[in-house]
Amino acid sequence: MTATQPDRKPTTDGWARPVDKLTTTATTRSVDTVTGRRVAGPVQGFGQLWQKTFAVRLEGVDTDPETVVAYWKERFPTFWPKTARFYAPLSGIQPGEVALLDLPTVGSAPVKMSTGVLVIYADRESFTFMTPEGHALSAWITFSAFRDGDVTVVQAQALERTSDPLIELGYLVGFNRENDRFWEATLANLAASLGVASPAVETRRLCVDRRRQWKYVRNVRYSPVISTTVSTVTAPVRWARRRRAGGRAPE
Amino acid sequence: MTTTVDVAPAGSATILRIHGDITGASEAPLMDAYAAIPASVRSVVLDFGDLEYMNSGGIGLLVTLLVRAQRAGQRLLAIGLSEHYREILALTRLDEAIGIHDDEGAALAAASA
Repeated sequence: MTATQPDRKPTTDGWARPVDKLTTTATTRSVDTVTGRRVAGPVQGFGQLWQKTFAVRLEGVDTDPETVVAYWKERFPTFWPKTARFYAPLSGIQPGEVALLDLPTVGSAPVKMSTGVLVIYADRESFTFMTPEGHALSAWITFSAFRDGDVTVVQAQALERTSDPLIELGYLVGFNRENDRFWEATLANLAASLGVASPAVETRRLCVDRRRQWKYVRNVRYSPVISTTVSTVTAPVRWARRRRAGGRAPE
Repeated sequence: MTTTVDVAPAGSATILRIHGDITGASEAPLMDAYAAIPASVRSVVLDFGDLEYMNSGGIGLLVTLLVRAQRAGQRLLAIGLSEHYREILALTRLDEAIGIHDDEGAALAAASA
């Protein structure tokens, strides 16, 4: 928490305070598409509702859930696949803080989708992110660790709808599975970092609601498909303006 | 603390009185209680007056319950929420889908409207 944002202090039990419009202390190397937006969870999404659970057992590693979650929070961006960037807020993963993200669009394509997440909940054994308007998914995802017998298990569980019809179309033709692979790779990287020799990530996918929420079809006005296309097309103009102004060219 | 849920018929609505915590581990008691509600019931009122604690896993369960209710053509209402948990429903924007009322009388009046 920062002294300049007293209204966003976490509550005593780990929840963030409600926020109308998001602000962030994170600094991105691309575009901040989050400031001024609202959060949008599974209730506000367009597509089918999925519950996805990714879990890996830390076999042979002598640790406990609290230690693992503290480690995960501290080094969260380092476990992501190299195609994505996570720009942490100044005070880290704390309730009420907003992180900025650059996510791959398709595979390892150079075009990135700029978005973010609000940390809505964090305690010693879990933390939860919620997406903003303009993210591909209207979702929250909870990262946690727990004991199963003598073994600590780390888990990421998402409850998600695609935000708009364009993304839903992408989900139908492969983005859904690609999203799964992202979290499978993340958990495998975390487990390997903790000393698991051959991490085996278990994935469970459950379609909780097959219906699309047509009343949210207008989410398309925030669609990252559109904003990413515009951003990509206008990149040369921004680059030229920066050069004229004597600024550093984008990487 | 564990979760227990009492089912109380109230005219065209049914009240689910929740005791204890709602976490990801509360799925069985919450969904079993919901399953006991007759299909003819048009409104389901969640009474959080005896709620001790709810984490993000519990909020996820409320979304699942909401989907089941909507699929059955039922409205989901809530009473007994402390200011803190009202804020959490606002934070997660669940308050846009679950009608929040001050007391049982107001919820049942809304249910029969």
